[in-house]
Amino acid sequence: MPEEKNIKNKEIRKLPASTKYYEYFAIGLVQVITAFVFLILFLVLGKIFYEGAGIIDYQFLTEAPRNNMTEGGIGPAIFGTVSVMFLMIIFAVPIGVFSAVYINEYAEDNLAQRVIRASVNNLAGVPSIVFGLFGLGFFVLFIGKNFDEVMGTGLLLGQPAMLWASATLAVLVLPTIIISTIEALNAVPHSQRAAAYGLGATKWQTIKGVVLPQSRSGILTGIILAVSRGAGETAPVLFLGCAFFLPQLPVAYLDLGLFAVPFINPAEQFMYLSYHIFILATQSSNPTLTMPVQFGTAAVLITLTVLLNITAVIFRFKFRRTLQVVREN
Amino acid sequence: MDTQSPYAKKISKRFRAKEKLIKYFFFLNGFVTVLLILLIFLFLLKESFAGYTDFNLSEYFFTEKTLADGSTEKIFEWFPTSEDQRLSIVPLILGTLLTAIPATIISTMLGVFVGIYLSEIAGSRLREILKPIIELFAGIPTVVLGFFMLVVGATYFQDVFFTTSRLNAILAAVGLSFIIIPIIATLTEEALRSIPLELRMASYSLGATKWQTISRVIIPTAVSGISAGIILGFGRAVGETMIVLMASGNAAELTLDVFRSVRTMTATIAAELGEVSAGSQHYFALFFIGTVLFIGTFLLNLIAELIINKMRKKIRF
Repeated sequence: MPEEKNIKNKEIRKLPASTKYYEYFAIGLVQVITAFVFLILFLVLGKIFYEGAGIIDYQFLTEAPRNNMTEGGIGPAIFGTVSVMFLMIIFAVPIGVFSAVYINEYAEDNLAQRVIRASVNNLAGVPSIVFGLFGLGFFVLFIGKNFDEVMGTGLLLGQPAMLWASATLAVLVLPTIIISTIEALNAVPHSQRAAAYGLGATKWQTIKGVVLPQSRSGILTGIILAVSRGAGETAPVLFLGCAFFLPQLPVAYLDLGLFAVPFINPAEQFMYLSYHIFILATQSSNPTLTMPVQFGTAAVLITLTVLLNITAVIFRFKFRRTLQVVREN
Repeated sequence: MDTQSPYAKKISKRFRAKEKLIKYFFFLNGFVTVLLILLIFLFLLKESFAGYTDFNLSEYFFTEKTLADGSTEKIFEWFPTSEDQRLSIVPLILGTLLTAIPATIISTMLGVFVGIYLSEIAGSRLREILKPIIELFAGIPTVVLGFFMLVVGATYFQDVFFTTSRLNAILAAVGLSFIIIPIIATLTEEALRSIPLELRMASYSLGATKWQTISRVIIPTAVSGISAGIILGFGRAVGETMIVLMASGNAAELTLDVFRSVRTMTATIAAELGEVSAGSQHYFALFFIGTVLFIGTFLLNLIAELIINKMRKKIRF
């Protein structure tokens, strides 16, 4: 028995050399795999930008497609994307921010609050195509059709249109806005609220005058992330009014007698950047000839979402620094 | 009431009523989300169980065909537009699994290592750079990845694997891993970082090396967090539409071969909802697929959340 023990001890003394190599191997493997993942990701992006960068110029970004989509630009698709995002923000931001204020400031730890939180988390996990089903079935065929029937407007809203696409995307990005706003509100130090109460402010006065102004850039981060998410989504808007090609922009004119004011017409169909890539790659009559346009559009869409994300990161950084200053003083 | 200061009385009834009104206003807004999720679920349910009275719900899974000798055979086919309409979602579920499972396996093998690197090996400076980059990748529009797999990836793949169909399940799975690797990597990193420093220090003081600490102390402790990340990634793969729509080939076959074209549940809705006439049995079948997706991803998310909550309790000794 003692002998065996000795042998074991010797082996333990021997271990360091082999352990060392094993150690190098294991850690090296983790590093190599990580490098591989980042390399592949950059190669994909690099390929898209390499193929797409050549075509992108001012004309590409502003002109309409010409010659069976093989020439011209993606101006209407960019216009459509911006319009839909604009409407989406109008729908989603008030409800999202107010819900977050309720969850973080008013709600006590009771059943209602837990149900609301669980719903937010669930909504965030619903597959995007299900939002498309919901948008078509509920917004277009239920609300739109009934609206037309009741108001006698013929076929105005009972068909896929920009209004319903933005409403559906608003439902999709609602959790993003709520979760970021809760984070922003939560980061405002308790002492700030206590100080406001100490000065005799009511709850609403505290929220309006202290909490919301301080979490402004945090809330903005959430809105930017929501836009980035919405602009990148394709599946929900597939059946909600995206068009392959439109001869004119979805703009209507409000006649005021002396002059006409142009405004985005939410009852119209629209072109959408992400849908443009999808439809050109899968259903255009000549996918090889439109290849440069496809890569160019993909590069534009990636640039748009990445720029939005970087802006959000910067805002978040700024927000954290502001709060740090508040805490230190 | 007696202890209130005389100034407090100055908050008039009007003021108090206003505060109450504002509170209810916010509550209503908060309740919108609950309403929406209920509305989505009930609407999907209503549409998927609507339809013709002579339609049996079991036909969503199989149809029975009488053979020449009088015996019946179960057929699992998705032929929504043929005259003899068959609406079995079994091949679609199989297609979803054939893309989502390989995607999760690939992403787990790579994503967990990236998470370990970010949390344990990378210096704090490098991590501050790499983490936002990983998050940026998670934000790449999926249509771009689908487009890339369709236009570039498919050709490379065919040259390497000599597959019979240019677009197939494994190609879609590789496309899906681009969005799932960031999810698994981020959640693994979070799970590893939530482990208290004392545990690492205790391991080091017993003479363990860095890798021994990682593989025998940190990963076993964080295993539930990592598995929650994997489940969430799988749920995302099941629910993803554009990548599979563009890269999987969209042939609704009853196959287990990942090198053949498959058709997933999400891609079926995306490809067919545009052409279907509202109120037809095919239309209701698409809503039924939507309900299955909704419930499936809901359950996956629920499991992941329960695991994460359990782990949080465990770590807070």
